[in-house]
Formats: sequence, structure tokens, C-alpha cells
Amino acid sequence: MDGFWLGTDLLQYTVSGLTIGAIYALVAIGYNIIYNVTEIINFAQGEFVMLGGLFAVFFMETLHFPVFAAFFASIIMVGIVGFAMERLVIRRARNASVLSLIIITIAVSIILKGTAMLGWGKDPYSLPAFTSGGPILIGGAAVQVQALWVLAVSVAIVVSLTLFFHRSLYGKAMLACADNPSAARMVGIRVRQMVLLSFVLSAAIGAAAGVAITPISLMEYDRGALLGLKGFGAAALGGLGNFYGGFVAGLLLGLAESFCAGYLSSGYKDAVALILLLLVLFFKPEGLFGSAEAAKLKRF
Amino acid sequence: MEHPAQKSQAPILELSDVQMSFGGIDALKGIEHVVPEGIIQAVIGPNGAGKTTLFHCISGLLKPTAGSVLFRGKEINGLVPHRIAQLGISRTFQHVALFKTMTVLENVMLGRHTRTHSGFWATGLRFPGMRSEERQIKQRAETYLDFVGLADVAHLEAGTLPLGKQKILEIARALATEPRLLLLDEPAGGLNMTETEVLGALIQRICQNGTTVVLVEHDMNLVMDISDQILVLHYGEYLASGTPREIKDNPAVIEAYLGEN
Amino acid sequence: MRKTDRWIFAFVVLLIAIFPWVVLNISAISNYVEVMIFAGIFSLVCLGLSLLMGYAGQISLAQAAFFGIGAYSSGILTAHFGWNPWLAMPVGAALAAAVAWVVGVPALRLKGHYLAMATLGFGVIVHIVFNEEIDWTGGPSGMVDIPGLSIAGWRISSEIQWYYLIWGVVFLALLFCFHILHSRVGRALRAIHEEEVAAEAMGVPTARYKVQIFVFGAVLAAIAGSFYTHYVTFLSPSSFNLMWSIRFVLMVMVGGMQSLWGALLGTVLLTFVGNEWLQVFADFEVLVYGTILLVVALFLPQGLIAILRRDFGGSRNPISRVSDEG
Repeated sequence: MDGFWLGTDLLQYTVSGLTIGAIYALVAIGYNIIYNVTEIINFAQGEFVMLGGLFAVFFMETLHFPVFAAFFASIIMVGIVGFAMERLVIRRARNASVLSLIIITIAVSIILKGTAMLGWGKDPYSLPAFTSGGPILIGGAAVQVQALWVLAVSVAIVVSLTLFFHRSLYGKAMLACADNPSAARMVGIRVRQMVLLSFVLSAAIGAAAGVAITPISLMEYDRGALLGLKGFGAAALGGLGNFYGGFVAGLLLGLAESFCAGYLSSGYKDAVALILLLLVLFFKPEGLFGSAEAAKLKRF
Repeated sequence: MEHPAQKSQAPILELSDVQMSFGGIDALKGIEHVVPEGIIQAVIGPNGAGKTTLFHCISGLLKPTAGSVLFRGKEINGLVPHRIAQLGISRTFQHVALFKTMTVLENVMLGRHTRTHSGFWATGLRFPGMRSEERQIKQRAETYLDFVGLADVAHLEAGTLPLGKQKILEIARALATEPRLLLLDEPAGGLNMTETEVLGALIQRICQNGTTVVLVEHDMNLVMDISDQILVLHYGEYLASGTPREIKDNPAVIEAYLGEN
Repeated sequence: MRKTDRWIFAFVVLLIAIFPWVVLNISAISNYVEVMIFAGIFSLVCLGLSLLMGYAGQISLAQAAFFGIGAYSSGILTAHFGWNPWLAMPVGAALAAAVAWVVGVPALRLKGHYLAMATLGFGVIVHIVFNEEIDWTGGPSGMVDIPGLSIAGWRISSEIQWYYLIWGVVFLALLFCFHILHSRVGRALRAIHEEEVAAEAMGVPTARYKVQIFVFGAVLAAIAGSFYTHYVTFLSPSSFNLMWSIRFVLMVMVGGMQSLWGALLGTVLLTFVGNEWLQVFADFEVLVYGTILLVVALFLPQGLIAILRRDFGGSRNPISRVSDEG
């Protein structure tokens, strides 16, 4: 094995860490979008990722779509799921207590998982990479092409979101709702529409992450819970509601997990993100990039 | 209910340069005041003057960013609220923080918590000591209800009472902790004239029994009627202090209130 | 209310006592005794959760983890080290209490979603430990050859004996919980739930109580886990995963959070649903659970017991709102 800090192992772990970290970052963004507009933590966020991957499998294997068509079709399908979730469930939970809301989104996550189990069974599924080709050699480390796609998709999503929030009318309306729903309502913004949009957007983003990661690490019906939990860890670490914080934190989390798997123990790698989550919640709930005072003003 | 009134005018509460800031806002800018024991002290001022913030600083809900609060000579800023309650300060809340699904009696019985001590195991296994303590709690709570005149509604759910009685109940609950200092946050808020009169009489009875009362109030008639001393705050700062007569004629006070309109 | 509770208590004890004699004579449902044994074990888990959620107003998605800590402690001490099961049980309970305390002190400063996530995360970490520490726990393939239970030399072997043992323990725990509720401690818990700030201002050490009740729930769950271990004599981490923590929350919610009887009712009902009536639809189990949970959370947040109270309880108004502020 090469020298500890200069080895290709380090590079390898870094790349895989950034890859999975990008997924956590996208999940975190999903949480932040919904949280910013509704102050709800959507425990079903991870299931959107799971459904994204599995729907893409369906479109490719069963309907024989080409890969990019499957990508977009899957995003649309899961967006519809997010739509349905908001319309059928969240809308009815307008006046529920915090505890009820938690239970409600957990219930939806279980329903989605149960449905996926019925639809796809318990086996893991795979997708081909978006473009073919063997691994690319960067500095001695073999980087899968799909990993680059994952990073590309994440960056594309972050850039699009930034443009959306700061340039488009709907995006600015969503930010306004996040800031002050009553004022937003008074200037004519339909808050309900924004809530719906936030769920659809979060679902779509989650799905994109799911499709992108499936060629690398497969996808099965019960992957959602852990992904959701780790994604929340990234969101909390970055400061709940803070997009860029969530993105950076997601990458950090992925790196931490990858290094642990590589250097310490691969069995416990899932625990890394969770332990970091607990540490953040216990000792710095406002996250690395949030403000302590703003955190105190949050609904809970 | 039976603490002998301290004849010495030793201060029960000393506020020394109390400051409170949240994120850019200075809610309290260095309040200095001494409250002698055994009086009724009013704290008044236009909205936003920092009165409730001051109460939170005294009762421990907030930790002053600077300065100190001394209760009977002991520094209490920075202590947790339940410890401060143990030391002998109790309070009511502006928005009537009753336990609405518990009965009237149970609310007052909760007030006895800090003067009793049956723990988890003693309670779960129902030790004899716990049983007799429970009986005492009930009896004491009933006497407090008698004192404030709510004995007839003891078994109703607290949330079903009209606002006037809820406010009285909250006072009874606070009294059950046997406080030496009672903080009342806008006790007359939302009360009509009759209810306010009853409230005033109650506060005076409480003070006669030896408890120092500090009240934040907007109802000037009540304030002028029952207070021994008045402290006026304005935008978080000390404006004036004195007897009701002095405050009534104080030009700075008048201007502060008129200026608000 | 105390008097009513006494009558209900006597009634339920009677029901439970005669249940096996009725059921064992009908061959089609003779295995209901076994289901009720599980229901009893789960009731222990849910009683603690009911106090925590329904009365103190906090949420925990980690009950399965404490259930597992008790179970594996008993399993490891008895199977690997030959301990007497009755000595291993308190060790498991003490371990669960210690872990609950260490996690609870920082976690219970959190509220609402943060608390839920923290307990969720903690529960998953414990589950991972169960899976990874193969030398101790046998990992995913499980731990076998766990000895059974005996009292003073008398082996507890038949279903009937287990049934009465478990439900005897449940009723003892129930008594303990009722005593807590109708006391200074119970009032303090309810006060914390309703108006935490006011409770604190009246001298209730809210942080300490929240941790205490969390620890108590963990201890009950661990004891239940020990009994579970010696009853099934086989352990696998899949019995202590997140889905189980959610099931326990569901049991408490379906029955009614603000009622110990509700917790019992919900647990018995859902154990039958899970173990018996859903066997035909094994694949649908997860979906059905999720749907029940959703329906209850949306339309019946006070649980089934609220319906019973309305019909039999007369004017006493059950809680007018579900817990607020998590």
C-alpha cells in the first residue's frame, strides 16, 4: 500500500465520498425546499430517491426507454407522487400538531415503501450508466463515468435552483413564502400552490438523485429510510433551510462516510452519518452554517 | 399564606444594570431598581417598553446579557426557572398559561410541586409517605382555591372557565408555590371593571399576607389604586419611579404615554 | 377517575385471566394464547412509550432499540456466559437505562422534528451495532440456543405458564404507571406536555423529568426484551429495527395516546393484526401498517379510546388537542 496520504486509496475514497455525498446533498436540498415553505420535515424524502431509481428501472427494462428518457420519465413520475402526497395528505394535515405531522410523513414513507415492495419485490435492481465507457483514470484512481454523471447532475440541479429562486417569478414567490407566509399571501402569492410546488420539486430532485446513483450502488425498496436519514443529517449539519449549507454538508458527510468505510470499518459506515447527525442535533442544532438565534425562532 | 410580613424594609429584589439584547434589539438597556419587601410594586410603560422581558429575566426564562438580578441578596440571573421558583419567586403569564385539560384543583395542586418531594419510585410503589403527602397537596390546594374564591369550580376543566376566573386561577396556582415574590404579568388584561376590582382586592390580600407583588399592568386605575410604588419603563430604559401620586404628575411619564399616540 | 380505573382494572384482569380457558377450547383460535403472549410483551414496551408520548408529550422512535438492548443483554449473558436469566434481566435493564440517560439528556433538550430524528438516528445506530457485532450477537443470522426461564426450579414451559407470567408482569407495570399518573409526578408530566414553560416556572424540573420518563420507558422495554429472548430463544436484529419502533408508536397511537388502557388496547389489536390476521397478506403488511398509521394520524389522532370514552365516559372531555410542541 502506498504512503498513507499520497496513495491512490485516498483519491479513490475521496471520489466515492464526493459521489455519495452529492446524493446526500440533493436529499438535503429536498428537505430544505419543503422545510423553507412549510416548516415540515418530510420523513418520506428518502423514498423519493428510492422511487426515482426504481421507476427508471421500470422505464428502461419494461418499457425499453433509452436511458435519458427513462431519467426524465422517472423524475416526472416521482414528481407526480410528490404532487399526490401534498394534495391527498399534507393538505388535510393543515392544523395537525407537530407530532401528528411527524407521524403523517412517516406513514407516507411506509406506504411508499410498501408499495414499492409490491411493485418491485425485495431484490436490488441496477441501471446501466448514463454513458458507456470504462473507468477514467485520474491521478491513479479509477473513477467510474457514472460518478461524474452524479456530480454533473447535482451541480446542474443546484445551478438551476439558484436561477429558479432568484430569477423566476415562481421561485421568488417560494422564497417569499418561506420568509413570511402571511405577507406573501397578502401580496397575492398563493401559498397553497407554493406548498404543492415545493413537494413536487423536492420529489423530482430526489428522483434525479435516485436515478443517478442506481448504476453505481443499485436500488431496492427499503433503501429510502437510511438515505432520508443521512440526507437529513446533511440538512441539519448545513443549517436547516440553508441550501448551500446543505450541499456542502452533504459532500462532507459523504467524504466522512467513505473514509470511515475505507480506513476503519465498512460495516459501520452507515453509522458515521448518523453519529454526525446526533452530534449536530445535540451540540449545534443550527448546523455549521446556520445562526443560533434564527434556530431558536423556528416553529419547534 | 401565612408567612409573617417582614417588618424590615430589606430589599427583596434588586435589579442592577440589567441588560437584555436579542440579535440587534436591545430590549432592556440597564435597569436599576430596588423593590423593598412587602409592597405592591407596579411596572408600567408603553408597549414595547420591555416589561415582560424584565419579568422573564427575573423568573429565569431569559438570561440577562449583562447586569444582575438579586433576590433577597442572592444573585439569581442565570439560574434555571425551576430553581428560581424553589427559591421563592412565582409568576403568572400574559397569555394565561394554564394547564387547560387539567381540572382547576389539579392546576393548583401542580403549584405545590416545588414544596413537595415524592419521587418516581415512591410514587410508583405508593409508599405511605407519598400517600399522606398527596392528601396534604390536595388539602393545601383547596385552601388556596378558597382564598381566591374559586372553590366552587374546583373540579371543572381549567380551559372551560371564563377568562376572568382563569386569571384568578393562575394566581392561585402561583400562590401554591408559597412565593415570597409574586410576579403578575398583566393580570387585568381582558377583565371588566367588576373583575378588575375583585382582582385588586385579591392582590391586596396577598400582599397583606406577606408576599411582595410586582405587577406589569396597563390598567392605570388598578395601578394607581393598589400600588405602593411604580416603576416606569420606556423603550427598555428607566424613565421614572415613585409613588402613584408622584408618577401621575410626572411630565416625562405623561409625555411618554402621550407621545406613543 | 381513579375509581373508574379500579373497576376497569378488575374487569380487564378478569378478561385476561379467563381468556386462555375460553380460547383453548376452540381449536381454530387456540393459538391466540401465543399471540397474546407477544401482545403482553409488546404492551410492556408500549406502556413506557405511552407515558412518554401521551403524557409528557415527547416522541421516541427508538423503543425497539431499548427492546433489543434488553433482549441481547439477556441472550448474551445467559447463552454465552451461563448467567441465571433472572440476574441477567436487571443487567439489561440497567444498561438500557444508562444508554437512555446518556442519549436522553442531550436529545430531550430538542423538540418536535429534531427529537424525532435524534431518536430515529439513535435507534438505527443501535440496530447497526446488533448487525455488526457478530461475535456477540450472531449478526443477521441470529443468536440461538438461548435458555428458557424458570422460577425457583420450576421451568416455564407451556404457553399458559408464559401467558400468566407475562400478563402478571404487565399488570404490575400498569399499576406502577397508574400510581405515577395520579400523583404529583403525573401532574408534572401532564403540565410539561401542556405548558412546559409554565410548568418550569412553577418549579417542575422539566428537563429532568423528561429524561426520567424516557429512561423509565427504556427500562420497561428492556425488561420486555429479556422476556422476549427467553420466550422465543432466538434473536435476530430484524426484530429490533426502525419498522418495529414505528410499530410501537402506532400501537400507542391507535389505542389512544393519553390513556394507558388505550396503549394496551392498541397493542393487543395491532399484535393480532400483525401476527394473525395479516398472515394471508404478508406482502401487504408494510402497506397496511402505513395506511393505518396515516388514517389514525389524520382522522383519529386521539385513538380508539376516545371513541370508547365518548360512548361510555359521559361528559368528561378527552384531550381537546393532540400534543403540541412535540
